[in-house]
Amino acid sequence: MARAVTTRHKTIATIAAWIVALLIFFPILYTIITSFKSEQEAIAGFNLIPSGTLESYAAVEAQSGYFKFFLNSVILSLGSTVLALIVSVPAAWAMAFSPTKRTKDILMWMLSTKMMPAVAVLFPIYLLFRDAGLLDSRIGLTVMLMLINLPIVVWMLYTYFREIPGEILEAARMDGATLWGEIVYVLTPMAVPGIASTMLLNIILAWNEAFWTIRLTTINAAPLTAFISSFSSPQGLFWAKLSAASTLAIAPILIMGWFSQKQLVRGLTFGAVK
Amino acid sequence: MATRQTSTLARFMMAPSVILLLIWMIVPLAMTLWFSFLQYNPLNPIRDGFIGFSNYALFFKNPAFAASIVNTLVLVVAVLAITIVGGILLALLLDQPLWGQGVVRILVISPFFVMPPVAALVWKNMIMHPGYGVFADIARFFGVQPVDWFADLPLTSIIIIVAWQWLPFATLILLTSLQSLDGEQKEAAEMDGAGFLARFWYLTLPHLARAITVVVLIETIFLLSVYAEILVTTNGGPGYASTNLPYLVYQKALLEFKIGQASAGGIIAVILANIVALFLMRAVGKNLDK
Repeated sequence: MARAVTTRHKTIATIAAWIVALLIFFPILYTIITSFKSEQEAIAGFNLIPSGTLESYAAVEAQSGYFKFFLNSVILSLGSTVLALIVSVPAAWAMAFSPTKRTKDILMWMLSTKMMPAVAVLFPIYLLFRDAGLLDSRIGLTVMLMLINLPIVVWMLYTYFREIPGEILEAARMDGATLWGEIVYVLTPMAVPGIASTMLLNIILAWNEAFWTIRLTTINAAPLTAFISSFSSPQGLFWAKLSAASTLAIAPILIMGWFSQKQLVRGLTFGAVK
Repeated sequence: MATRQTSTLARFMMAPSVILLLIWMIVPLAMTLWFSFLQYNPLNPIRDGFIGFSNYALFFKNPAFAASIVNTLVLVVAVLAITIVGGILLALLLDQPLWGQGVVRILVISPFFVMPPVAALVWKNMIMHPGYGVFADIARFFGVQPVDWFADLPLTSIIIIVAWQWLPFATLILLTSLQSLDGEQKEAAEMDGAGFLARFWYLTLPHLARAITVVVLIETIFLLSVYAEILVTTNGGPGYASTNLPYLVYQKALLEFKIGQASAGGIIAVILANIVALFLMRAVGKNLDK
């Protein structure tokens, strides 16, 4: 670099960046801190040092059966992601390696289905689910989450698959590899990182989806989004418990998210920004 | 290269996802369109029947409709303005050499991973609560009367929460784009004596234009359908002060069971989203040709 970075410049930038970053992170930090307070402490004014009690965590499980909602979140996000992958890996593979004139149009059309506002089809879906007996069922919601994330999954896989050089396939074919052999021994090892990133982002999106998961469930299939929303009714001041439930609900996804920053950019911009 | 055999296979491999999305797109939307021409009330079915465009007329005449359209647009525009301006500033800051850059990035990106109901409830109860929230504590510290955020400034409160959720997204995209800016160009500009502002205006900003477009379009799609944040904080109130179009449609459909009117509102929401979608598709499509 032509310009030597002065220590002074770096110090100022560091201090500014840390202050801003901590301000942005503060609501999350304060939630985590409050989750280790007792209910009395939680409303006793601003205080960053909790007593470290775990009573809120115990109470969340004991009073509302937290674990069941957590389990539903896991089942729904994993289930919908696996389903989406099963459907979209072949599609993305075909579009990346045997593109036709219409491939681009199909991709754009798939993307366009993502633009439909959920609320516009709320009642028809509600009706269809009710008549099919799928309201408040894990299967129904899994399919729902799979459908709304399908375009993003196909797109992400497509942008990853497209980067696998086609010559490798030809070489394999020359060596007499069958189509099956091609897929299993040549493509899969090269595609695994892309599939893993897609999976990660899709789990995050499904975990945090907060329209269908709230409206199509009541008790049995309700995931954490629905559970947390039930805290909104003013039933007194249970902030330590709310904090404990919130901390548990966001912790797994927060950690996964930290590892998927790059993929996030790619997945959510449909490859437009890398 | 594609032989007839592989192209048949390719079609076969694409079929499941295409068919699924086709059903998902057509069936519910067709139902909504049909319902929007019906008088349809599951609680009071006596007068149910075809009524043409009356639902649209009713929906337009409802004072809540104008309010909800204005609120929807204010929410989208305000959050976009905050996240784009804030995102550019933050990206510029994070692009500097820093100690602990990795940790700073993690802290900044975190709000994006918080599920909407948690984000909204945390802000509502722990930050903005007029009695026990952190803002109230700060106000009292300075001897000022705490603001009752959700009663007095409902839409502003929701804008703050939603902007907090989307600022990380804008920052991350813009930072990624910033890091792909050619270092040599920057150095050349510096050697020519271009100051920070000149470099920003003539070099950085044009380079970011594409990323900014993408952020604006993608955020708009999600911001047009903000729902959970309103549901757990203000419930659209007081009055219709924080009701947006999705929330109004939800109220009509599942609380009042006026399915016809709700469907008309849904169709209007689709039209609104499609206008935005058209622009997004063009921006993304251009990239595909590269």
